[in-house]
Amino acid sequence: MDTKRLVMVAVGGQGNLLASSVLGEAALLAGVPMRMSEIHGMAQRGGVVESALIFGDAQSPIISDGDADVLMGFEPAETLRALGKCNARSVVITNLAPLMPFTVNIGMGVYPDLKKLQEMIRAKTARLIAFNATTLAREAGNVLSVNMVLLGALTQTGVLPLTAEHVKAAMRRKTKAAFLDGNLKAFEMGVAAAQNS
Amino acid sequence: MHKLLTNQPGERMLLLGNEAIARGAIEAGVAFTSTYPGTPSSELSLNFFQISKESDLYFEYSTNEKVSVEVAAAAAACGVRSMAMMKHVGLNVAADALMTLAYVGVKGGMVILTADDPAMFSSQNEQDNRYYAKLSGLPMLEPSTVDEARAIVAYAFDLSEKLQEPVLLRTTTRINHSSGAVTLGDIRPRRTKGSFTKDPLNLVPVPVVARKLHVKLLQNLAKARELSEQSPYNIVEGRGRWGILCNGVSYNYVKDAVAELKIADQVTILRIGFSHPLPVRMIQNFLKGCEKVLVVEEGEPYLEESAKTYAQEAGLTLPIRGKAPDLFSQLYEYDPAMVRKHIAACFGLSYTAPAQVDLSDVPPLPQRPPTLCAGCSHRATYYEVRKAAEGLDTVFPSDIGCYTLGLLPPLSMADYLLCMGSSTGTVGGFSKACDRKVISFIGDSTFFHSGIPGLVNAVFNNHDLTLVILDNGITAMTGHQPNPAVDMAQLKLEGYGRVSIEAVVRAIGVPHVTVIKPYKVKKSIDAIKEAVAFKGVSVIISQELCVLYANSLKLPRRKPFHVSDKCRNHRDCMDHLACPAFYVWEGRIKIDANLCTGCALCAQICPENAILPVKDAAKKG
Repeated sequence: MDTKRLVMVAVGGQGNLLASSVLGEAALLAGVPMRMSEIHGMAQRGGVVESALIFGDAQSPIISDGDADVLMGFEPAETLRALGKCNARSVVITNLAPLMPFTVNIGMGVYPDLKKLQEMIRAKTARLIAFNATTLAREAGNVLSVNMVLLGALTQTGVLPLTAEHVKAAMRRKTKAAFLDGNLKAFEMGVAAAQNS
Repeated sequence: MHKLLTNQPGERMLLLGNEAIARGAIEAGVAFTSTYPGTPSSELSLNFFQISKESDLYFEYSTNEKVSVEVAAAAAACGVRSMAMMKHVGLNVAADALMTLAYVGVKGGMVILTADDPAMFSSQNEQDNRYYAKLSGLPMLEPSTVDEARAIVAYAFDLSEKLQEPVLLRTTTRINHSSGAVTLGDIRPRRTKGSFTKDPLNLVPVPVVARKLHVKLLQNLAKARELSEQSPYNIVEGRGRWGILCNGVSYNYVKDAVAELKIADQVTILRIGFSHPLPVRMIQNFLKGCEKVLVVEEGEPYLEESAKTYAQEAGLTLPIRGKAPDLFSQLYEYDPAMVRKHIAACFGLSYTAPAQVDLSDVPPLPQRPPTLCAGCSHRATYYEVRKAAEGLDTVFPSDIGCYTLGLLPPLSMADYLLCMGSSTGTVGGFSKACDRKVISFIGDSTFFHSGIPGLVNAVFNNHDLTLVILDNGITAMTGHQPNPAVDMAQLKLEGYGRVSIEAVVRAIGVPHVTVIKPYKVKKSIDAIKEAVAFKGVSVIISQELCVLYANSLKLPRRKPFHVSDKCRNHRDCMDHLACPAFYVWEGRIKIDANLCTGCALCAQICPENAILPVKDAAKKG
């Protein structure tokens, strides 16, 4: 089986650990070998959380620079920061809603311009899907479902060997029942957003 | 039922490495478990903690790693299968017990897990704990994958009982924090009670006994080496003339590189999973079949130096390469592309790395370091100490916990740090060796872990210092584990004692002790000023529950605050506190009501009193 590599980056608290857990479960349901690794010691302290998910026959649980087939960023500056994981054939998905690092607030850095950020990523990779996933999540009824919106967009790209049915079945098993309807709605909005971008 | 108790052998489950190890221990019938939490091992003990609430498994959060090894050793001395787990630097703390436990041995199986952290994702060093196996003479096992991490635990317990000594199980972060599919095995019944047979001439290592026990340890080492020669965890793959010797997670990078470089026919891989004692004959036979060998191991050249020694003993002169300026480093963790590149270089293959995108025109991005949470009481205490010490020439030794994050600007409240508990010792040294006011910081859990002896030392040697104990009611950094000062009733758990930090400090004889509530800014500053002015040892205990922990307990939340029109943009709040709940909108400071915990710290320091509670129930910015 072809190996497909996904890098996910987020700011602590954005729900990327749940997103990886859904994708892991989806792979298990689809019978796709999968390994992933996460650095989440500082997840609750506002730091960056990076996950590597490898689908297929490769054994390594991490992804080297230039080796990602898909980069999915929950926050635009973090997507740009992780761009080194990509090559010219990579697909990039990014939320466009910034979360300002406190360093910017105390004058220790400048937040990148969002338009330039998109131009840069688009020029260097095969496809950029960029939209405000936070707005869509809010429309879906829960601002915390950004992760589900992004999973929808990811599934739409068809890069990973997982169908929407696999992912939705995994959502049923891994997310709280009370949030399931909202999460499924968020997922579909992500699918639509990727189709239109 | 806890998912790791699922009694359906053959079922496939997606598990985190730490969960897989816990499952492996459950399958092996572990009955007694103990730990001091430390990343990357923490989820392992969390699972045991949860399982212990619904089964007869014994689990405890011990005060430190040494104690956790001692309680587990005694359980194993009674024939009960026990496991103590810790991060790599925790084994330094437990090393005193470990070295002699190797002599005294065990009856029931005992496994000591050491979780190493190459690249220091959440540690102060990246020491390679394979040398503890060599130093102590104990066997060591190292898995390469999550599923193997499950399986190897039962093997470790059997090995321990065969040799009657504890077995070290070494993982690295990329095993502990990786997930993969695991096939569940049979669960062996737990034996929770054993019996202790008095045998002081073998169990009390006074010199005459210890001399005899060291002989036994060396005999065991020889036995263990034979078991290592036969072990299913030392694996030879392929028959090629290019040898690759590897261990742990690096084995996966090697496998992927060999597949991608299409050199499986030219290569022989020797994967070492039983890494102490090493299988000498096996390694020598491997070397004999190779014209050149590359050693792929993160950390120190442990396998490499051994392989070179064994080659010399066998009269072999083939090149054995590993750590070198043009190959692998002792620094940080490895990755698949690095291993691919070095394998290609070592064996003279032409290989072009896939083109990574060109990042030369990407502007410098603002850093996003982890920071103290919105409303964290440590921020308040730091601010107050800074204010109270204004005008004084100060040194701030710190310790290990969330509060170490106070080293970042604008707080900048950490000047020196060695290890768990070091603040109470180093503070005394600074107070004697330089003419500055020394104020050090330690958390509640770290104080119990290893801070108490330093404080006793300060009182005995009459040092002039202030120690601030940041008591946030839980071990926060590693994910809210209990410690001896925690009110276990809050967690709805019965059968625990509780140790008062204040009572301990007073009992030590500290002449000046003050308890403060850090959200009361003015009162706290006054109290700290007094403590700092005191000549001799003064202790401030700053008590306020960790905000994340308080949320998890579903305690009533305080009202959030907002910046009113009275704001004259002094920016004291941002410049001195930089709470993550602040953001800047059109040049003005605003407060994100969803993040604000209502601690009111900023409201108390605002020169215009412009920061006010949000009036209506609906949250707004």
